[in-house]
Amino acid sequence: MSKDRAKPGWRSLPIGGTVVEAGSSIKYKTGDWRAFRPVVDEKKCTNCLICWIYCPDGSIRRKEKHVEIDYDFCKGCGICATECPVKAISMMEETKQ
Amino acid sequence: MGLTGNEALAYAAKQSSVDVVAAYPITPQTVMVELFSEYVANGEVHTNFVCVESEHSALSACVGSSLTGARVLTATSSQGLALMHEIMYIASGLRCPIVMGVANRALSAPINIHGDQSDMMGSRDCGWVQIYCENAQESYDWTLQSFKIAEDPAVLLPVTVNLDGFILTHAMEGVEALTDEEAKVYLPARKVDCRLDPSRPATVGALCLPDYYFEFKKQQDEAMKHAPPVLLKVAREYSKLTGREYGILKEFETKDAEAIVVCLGSTAGTVRSVAKNLRAKGKKVGLLKLWLYRPFPAKEVLDAIAGAKVVVVFDRALSPGAQYGALCEDVISAMYGSKNKPIVTDVIYGLGGRDITPSEIASVYEEALAAAKTGVVKEQVKFVGVRE
Repeated sequence: MSKDRAKPGWRSLPIGGTVVEAGSSIKYKTGDWRAFRPVVDEKKCTNCLICWIYCPDGSIRRKEKHVEIDYDFCKGCGICATECPVKAISMMEETKQ
Repeated sequence: MGLTGNEALAYAAKQSSVDVVAAYPITPQTVMVELFSEYVANGEVHTNFVCVESEHSALSACVGSSLTGARVLTATSSQGLALMHEIMYIASGLRCPIVMGVANRALSAPINIHGDQSDMMGSRDCGWVQIYCENAQESYDWTLQSFKIAEDPAVLLPVTVNLDGFILTHAMEGVEALTDEEAKVYLPARKVDCRLDPSRPATVGALCLPDYYFEFKKQQDEAMKHAPPVLLKVAREYSKLTGREYGILKEFETKDAEAIVVCLGSTAGTVRSVAKNLRAKGKKVGLLKLWLYRPFPAKEVLDAIAGAKVVVVFDRALSPGAQYGALCEDVISAMYGSKNKPIVTDVIYGLGGRDITPSEIASVYEEALAAAKTGVVKEQVKFVGVRE
């Protein structure tokens, strides 16, 4: 926690834990919470975007021909893999990368 | 005018330009909000009255409203306060200056609807400023003053105005009230420092992990420290307007007293009357009544009791397994490090609405005076009025 020492102290923080900057959650990367990572088989992906609709964290990026996972924010819930109608997404254990 | 404690609080709220009231009825608090709802129905106030399904929801609605910059009032008692417990921490943590009337009442089990202070003592670490009233007049006066204390930018904390259940909430007394115009000048609408504003997007109630949570708790503690000086400033202004003087605590004949009783709430009236009678007989007894219990005014308490030989603290709540009642523990810890250390004993009394009589209080004083002479205390914690 030594890097926390550089963070602002109680005297300068806005009161009550209010975050005064809009959209700041983008700075807080939650991808390292993941135990399993979704991996897209680009050849199988039909770009139907069902995973994009289902993803609770907005971590599916739309590309021209297939989708891509935003690993900075994907928490590895696996909903995309379950919902994919062509089984183009598989869940890989993070430690086996 | 003749008002009960409940009515006095509601009447003060009527004159306080309250924007939102969200509450749920529970004996003996019910009349506070019932009467206020009549003011709303009659068009006498322009308050948004939110009917909710529980006290948990009531205080949750108050938190949301308060964050928009509204002046907010709620009221509850006993089990209702217990149900609010979770949200009480959120109200203080998010720095919502809500004012809450609490009709102090026993907690189940056994089921009991009568007055003691177990409910508020169980919530004493919730980060709320806590004020205890002795009578209906104080209930009126402290309600008006509490909004000013709560909303002061140096404080921004919720405040409870405590009234002993039934003894104060249901007893009618003569109350002097301000005119509506005077009240409006004393307590103008809340200055909007609102944190929920579409033009200034912000997140309230965000997750704070170990790298930030601690800092916000420290801020709360600092805000608590600002409450006593703000209270004194607010009370001075109020005294100029009404002639009624308020403060952190009220002393009666403490200067040369050998035995001093320390207590909260309505019992102070009975104790003062007993002390007056004993003084007439030449006994050196005094009374220290605390208006402000949280933050605990340790220095002021110490100054008031330092000259005494024996201090008897009256606790109308039990802290099972602790050495003393909560108030007594606070008084004792205030004395740590002080040169003058009077003997301190604790009296647990009045649980579940049991009356304490003047003769019982007189015996407590007599025992204290005897201990002052001999230096020997018979019982460190005495349950007064309980059957063996």
